[in-house]
Amino acid sequence: MSIAMREAFGKKLAELGKDNRDIVVLDADVSSSTKSGLFGKEFPARFFNVGVAEANMVGVAAGLATAGLRPVVNAFAIFLALKGTDQIRNVLCYNSLPVVIAGAYGGLSDSYDGASHQSITDIAIMRAMPNMEVIVPADSNQAQMALEYALEQNHPVYVRLNRNPMPEVPSDGNFSSKKAVVLREGSDVTIAANGITASMALEAGAILAAKGIEAEILSMAFVKPFDTESLAASVKKTGNLVTVEEHNIIGGFGSAALEALAATDLSFAYKAVGIEDTFTETGAYDELLAAYGLSGENIAEKAEKLLKK
Amino acid sequence: MNKVLQEKISNIDKEKLSREELSALAANLRLTMFDILQSRQTGHWGGASSSTEITTALYFNRMNIRPEDPAWAERDRLILSKGHASVNLYTMLATRGFFDTADLPSFRVLGSHLQGHPSMKKTPGVDMSTGALGHGLSIGVGMALASTLQGNDYFTYVLSGEGCLNEGQTWEAVMSAAKFRPKKLVYMIDYNKVQLDGTSNEIMPLDPLADKFKDFGWNVAPKTYDGHDMQEILDSFDWIDSDDVWPKLVVYNTVKGKGVSFMEGLNKWHGSPIDADSYAQGRPELVADIERKEAVL
Ligand SMILES: Cc1ncc(C[n+]2csc(CCOP(=O)(O)OP(=O)(O)O)c2C)c(N)n1
Repeated sequence: MSIAMREAFGKKLAELGKDNRDIVVLDADVSSSTKSGLFGKEFPARFFNVGVAEANMVGVAAGLATAGLRPVVNAFAIFLALKGTDQIRNVLCYNSLPVVIAGAYGGLSDSYDGASHQSITDIAIMRAMPNMEVIVPADSNQAQMALEYALEQNHPVYVRLNRNPMPEVPSDGNFSSKKAVVLREGSDVTIAANGITASMALEAGAILAAKGIEAEILSMAFVKPFDTESLAASVKKTGNLVTVEEHNIIGGFGSAALEALAATDLSFAYKAVGIEDTFTETGAYDELLAAYGLSGENIAEKAEKLLKK
Repeated sequence: MNKVLQEKISNIDKEKLSREELSALAANLRLTMFDILQSRQTGHWGGASSSTEITTALYFNRMNIRPEDPAWAERDRLILSKGHASVNLYTMLATRGFFDTADLPSFRVLGSHLQGHPSMKKTPGVDMSTGALGHGLSIGVGMALASTLQGNDYFTYVLSGEGCLNEGQTWEAVMSAAKFRPKKLVYMIDYNKVQLDGTSNEIMPLDPLADKFKDFGWNVAPKTYDGHDMQEILDSFDWIDSDDVWPKLVVYNTVKGKGVSFMEGLNKWHGSPIDADSYAQGRPELVADIERKEAVL
C-alpha cells in the first residue's frame, strides 16, 4: 500500500509551490479532505478557499489563469464535474486556459457517503470537452507525476484522484509519454485497466494464469489523449479485450478504448468491467468495489467468458 | 428513554409533546445519534447535533405527517438540504414510527436502506434525496408551488446550514421564492457558524444573514432564535403562524457538536469518526443532560 493518493497529491502540490511561484491553489471548503490544505498552510497568500461554491471556484481560477498564473482547483470529483461543468466547458476549455482540475474522491472512494458523493460520470463528462486532457492515475506515485505533467500543459487537464491508500502499481517513469504501461505480457486476452483498477487487473492475471490463460495487462492512466497504438498492438495479438474502470461503463474509459479501436481495422471480442449503469450505494470501499464487479475475480471471470465464446 | 416519554410518543396523534417533553426527547435522540456514529465510525456528528432540537420540534410537535402512510399527498414536507446530517433525520423518522428503530445501527452499511446521505427511494419518510449541498431551497420552492397548484395546503420546510448558503444556486432560489411567493415555504437555517474546513467567518462570511433575505424581499422572523432552547423554537413556530406572508426565513443560532463540551464549535467534529476516548469522555455529558431534562417530566 502506498500513502493515500490525496495525501501524495497535496504533498506534491506544496513541494512544487516552493519553486513555482505561479502556482495558485483553490478549494471549496474541502481542503482538509482533498489535502490541498497542505499547500494552503505553506503558501496562504496563494491559496483561496472559496467556500462551498464549485462553479464560482472554476470561474475565479479562469481569471487567475488569464494573467499567467497556474491554478489548481480542488474539490470532490463529482461536484467539479457536475457543478462546475458549464464553467469548465465554456470558460476553461473553450479558451484553452491552463487550469488543473483535481477531482478528489473519484469513483466509489467516498464509499460511506453514498451515491450522492460517488463519482461515476466524471470521466464521460470531462473527456467530451474539446481541449481537455483526462488522466486517472493508478497510484500515488502516478498522481504526483500527473500533477507535474498537468502543470506543464497549456490547456485544462482533469486529474481524477482516489481517497484511500491503494496498492502501488509498477510504472515506467516516463509519464509524459502518455503511453500505456505493460504490466504483464500475454497472448490470450488483453486487459486494459484504468486508474486504480490496474492492481485488480494484476490479480486477475494471476487467477487466469493458474488456469493456463495468459493475459496481457495494460495500465492506462490517460483516457484522453488515448494511447491507441499500444492497445491496438496488444489486441491485434490477443483478439480479446476487457476494459476495466471505476466509472459507469457508458462514456468512460471503455468507451474511449472502443472509439479508438473502431478507427483501426481490428476485429476483436470485448467485455466491459465497470459500474453497469446503475447508482451505487453506501458501504466499506472494498466491499463496495467487489459488489459492483471491481475485483480480480470478476475481471478474470469476464475474461474467461470471452475466451469461451 | 424513560417510560413517560415513550408513552407520549405512542400517543402523539392525540396529544402533541410539551416543551419539557420535547427537550427531554431531543436529549435522548442526540445520544442515539452519538452512539450510532461511534459504533459505525462514519457519519457527521457536528451538524447532526446542532439541529437536534429543531428536527425534534418539527417531527414531534409541528409537522402534519402519517408515519403509516409516508406518501400521503397532504403531508408536510421537510427537505434536509444539509444531507450530511442524515443520522439526525433517520433517528427522527425511526422514533416517529416511519421504520423500525432496530434499523438504525445499519447506518451506512452496504445493503442498508440508511444511505450515507438521505435517499427518498430507499428510506420511508425522506421527502427528498440530498447530499450535494445547495439543492434544497430550489426543490422546496417547487414543492410549495405544487401544493397550491394541486389544491393542497401543506408546509414545506427546508433546513440547511451555511454550506448551502455558499452555493450560488441557493441565492437563485432565494430570488425565485421572492418572485413566486410560494405559500407555506419556510427556510430554516441551522446557523452553527462552522463548516467543514473552518468557521464560516473563515470560509465564507454570511453576516448580516437575515438582512440579506430582507433585502431580497422575504418575510424574515423578527429575531434570531436559540436553536437549542425548546421554548424559543416553539416561539418561532408561533411566528410562522402569525401571518400569511411567504416565503418565510427563520434563523436559529446553534452550536456545532452541541452537547459534548470539548467537541463544540470545532470543525474537526464536522465528520471525523468518534474515537474511543472521545466517546468515553463525551457520552456521560449527554447522559447527564437527559437526566436533567427527564427529571422535570
Ligand atoms: C456541493 C457540495 N460540495 C461539497 C460538499 C462537502 N461538504 C459536506 S458538508 C460541508 C460543509 C457544510 O457546512 P454546513 O452547511 O455549515 O454544515 P453543518 O455545520 O450545518 O453540518 C461540505 C463542504 C458537499 N456535500 N456538497
